[in-house]
Amino acid sequence: MSLAEFFAMGGYGFYVWGAYGLTALLLAVEIVAVRARLRNARLAARPDEDAR
Amino acid sequence: MLLAVAGLWLGLVVAPADAQQGDAYRIIFIHVPAAWMSMFIYLVMALWCAMSLTLNTRLSAMMAQALAPTGALFTVIALWTGALWGRPAWGTYWAWDARMTSELILLFLYFGYLALRHAIDDPRRADRASAVLALVGAINVPIIYFSVKWWNTLHQGASVSLTAAPRMAAIMLSAMLIMTFSAWFYAIAITLIRVRAIILERERSAAWVGELAGAAR
Repeated sequence: MSLAEFFAMGGYGFYVWGAYGLTALLLAVEIVAVRARLRNARLAARPDEDAR
Repeated sequence: MLLAVAGLWLGLVVAPADAQQGDAYRIIFIHVPAAWMSMFIYLVMALWCAMSLTLNTRLSAMMAQALAPTGALFTVIALWTGALWGRPAWGTYWAWDARMTSELILLFLYFGYLALRHAIDDPRRADRASAVLALVGAINVPIIYFSVKWWNTLHQGASVSLTAAPRMAAIMLSAMLIMTFSAWFYAIAITLIRVRAIILERERSAAWVGELAGAAR
């Protein structure tokens, strides 16, 4: 099976890759967003330099 | 996270090894796990909500809060992949079929839960109000699950159930189960990361948070 055939998915490429693509995109967005949220929460939780 | 990526990769590599009803069926490897997760995460969330209501524990409310976005995400994925699968298989992206409609209601329940949380400033009051909403909405999950039995509509019956032998080829089944496990590990990992952020956000004033964050510098 060639790479082109693999991407064509027997004519269903739009549906198959549309489904996998959006899933990958959403998961990637969630991972980035959650990591950013944790980083910000960590920064906000640090005691102020002045206060120490 | 590494295990989830490995499982996902394995599922995608195993999947091309088999195609019987055209390649469009490959959507099953994300559609079914995502649909399972959307229902299961809701049940776990409702369980944490019940605990937070009865035991009045803060951490269980935070766990429910951390689960909701991921549950909503899996619901969106289940609906989206279902639409893209329904088009070639049934000739339509969407129908007001019992299962699709109840899954859509599940998505609105997640959104309603999150919106209610955001609408209430006091976190403890938000915990209680949203927990009641989540528990009332939990009745929708068995409706989704049994909808293909109760109503005879477009969506086919379950291909895999706990009580009967799966009606699909072994290679497809194993690829799907691997994808399901990777979805599990993904959901657990992302929820635990999110709950860490939520704990830090909500307990910011507590002394130990400042000490930990200062020490971890």
